[in-house]
Amino acid sequence: MLEIRTPKTGKAKRVLEKRAPKLVETGKKTLILHGTKTSATVSSVLMELYRLKKGGAIKYSRRNENIRPFESGGETSLEFFSQKTDCSIFVYGSHTKKRPDNLVLGRMYDHQVYDLIEVGIENFKSLLSFSYDKKFAPHEGTKPFICFTGEGFENVPELKHLKEVLTDLFRGEVVDNLNLTGLDRAYVCSAISPTKVFLTHCALKLKRSGTIVPRMELVEVGPSMDLVIRRNRLPNESLMKEAMRTSKDKPKKKEKNVDQDAVRGKIGKIYMPDQKLGEMHLPDKSKGLKRERKESKKLQEETDSKKKKKSSE
Amino acid sequence: METETDQIYHLDVGNLLGFNPNHRFPSAPSSREELVKECIEESRKLVQAIANALFNFTSTETNDGPIVQLPPPTTKLPREKHVPRPKPPTKWEEFALKKGIQKRKKDKVVWDEQTDQFKRRHGYDRVNDDNDVPIIEAKATDEPGEDPFAKRLDEKKKRVGKQQKNRLQNLKAAEKAGALPSHVQLAATSLPISGTKSQPKKIGKDELGDVAGLAATSTASGGKFDKKLPGEKPPKKQSKHHQYLPVVAGRGAVNPEKEQTNNVLSKIFSKHSHEILNVGKAINMYNVKKEKKKSGRSDKSGRSDNLKPKKDITKKPANKAK
Repeated sequence: MLEIRTPKTGKAKRVLEKRAPKLVETGKKTLILHGTKTSATVSSVLMELYRLKKGGAIKYSRRNENIRPFESGGETSLEFFSQKTDCSIFVYGSHTKKRPDNLVLGRMYDHQVYDLIEVGIENFKSLLSFSYDKKFAPHEGTKPFICFTGEGFENVPELKHLKEVLTDLFRGEVVDNLNLTGLDRAYVCSAISPTKVFLTHCALKLKRSGTIVPRMELVEVGPSMDLVIRRNRLPNESLMKEAMRTSKDKPKKKEKNVDQDAVRGKIGKIYMPDQKLGEMHLPDKSKGLKRERKESKKLQEETDSKKKKKSSE
Repeated sequence: METETDQIYHLDVGNLLGFNPNHRFPSAPSSREELVKECIEESRKLVQAIANALFNFTSTETNDGPIVQLPPPTTKLPREKHVPRPKPPTKWEEFALKKGIQKRKKDKVVWDEQTDQFKRRHGYDRVNDDNDVPIIEAKATDEPGEDPFAKRLDEKKKRVGKQQKNRLQNLKAAEKAGALPSHVQLAATSLPISGTKSQPKKIGKDELGDVAGLAATSTASGGKFDKKLPGEKPPKKQSKHHQYLPVVAGRGAVNPEKEQTNNVLSKIFSKHSHEILNVGKAINMYNVKKEKKKSGRSDKSGRSDNLKPKKDITKKPANKAK
């Protein structure tokens, strides 16, 4: 026997509709959590990553013992959390003797693990250790520039994968319109060797130049670290095909009341409500009255003066 | 952007992404700071390239600043959820398609003939409300004892029930196709074993434990050797709680069973058996009883028993003599 359950409040309904699969997707939410043991570097990396992605990230503070992303049974907790928080990217930090300062970046498709990449953190410098002029500090939630440098990103398959994952992670919301004054951060990723990537976060300074385009300058503000590629797992072919599938663009919603003609050009229709002129209230009656009074007074004076003149003549 | 050294950047303006595939970092870096500087300088060039493209777009001025329409992103990234699947047509929609029935838009306000005014179609004070008819004329086919108003209510209930059933069937078909609407959940509710419509009460932790214990006793060894789940408590003893003393005494200990029976016997046959009986109390009780009998015989005619406070025979009188 089945029962139909619908949300009883409008808010609940809106939340459910937000989580439903959409035709065109806006940004992914990130889930940040850690395992049984974390070192100081890993915990500060996770904290700073959370701060950078404040609007679209959820950070779990408890340690999770049964999450082992690369093992077959160890992903169930991750999938459950992804379902509960509606997050499609996760960052899992841990620290073991064999893999010190470990970070696993993973993505989900339909709340099932899609792909994983494991990196080690080296030479980590925290946000707080950088000193810069606070005027240029990037604001929360701004869309960042992402820059990849190095032939490694094209030749080495693991680095290619990492490039894709980092793009997804740092991308933020996918928007149509961008405010040009809101450009103030850039992520710099350089493949300094076939296994190492240098990642840092910079603020943008827009300087006046002769042309419309300002001169860009980067000032290192944020955390900087070296990522050493350890393991990765690419998605299997069928899943990748399904996930990469983009729907054919649906015809845009017809603009109502607008007509385009070769003869007349672009014509629009405006519907006016029924205006009952007799019942309309004039705005600011008192002012109008005052003006009317003034005018009538003036007229009166004129006629009076005329009359007097006439009488005098 | 192409420079003279033939460096082509892969730019994805929609994502504000820039990729320079041609730069080669020295394999033996001079120093950490030099390396960092080099990375930042290269990225600066990339950012400049993207900004060149961005600022050359036509921008619309608003209060917050110039707004630019971003082109769609070119890097292909995997989706986070599947593409929404098309909903299968409902039974009515199939029927309408077959018969060629077109949907007609209905007005919210309809002209009411009886009260010459416009009334709404649905809701409070609606047109043609089923509950509002004052008189239902009897037809030749009607039975004499039937209540037509009750009949109308019944029919409405049936119609509503049928509609609910159809809705459930349509949703089930949609779920099968994977296209259930986002706000609807189909939940399985357990059928009550009896024919009642009431929901069976949820079993608590203790009840579950008891039931598990009962089930365990049905095994050949009475559930004693069953593998226990973590957290499962040992079964409670159901029968009487006997404590049997050991028959054979240990080294040097007195035989406890023998001791016990001897104690009982000695109490019964003791020289001071009168100490068991509280003589004073017994006399008092006998006297009271006697007095009651006397008073009972004389008072029988006059008073009724209902007025007297009834003596509670289960309560033992307080032991004053001790």
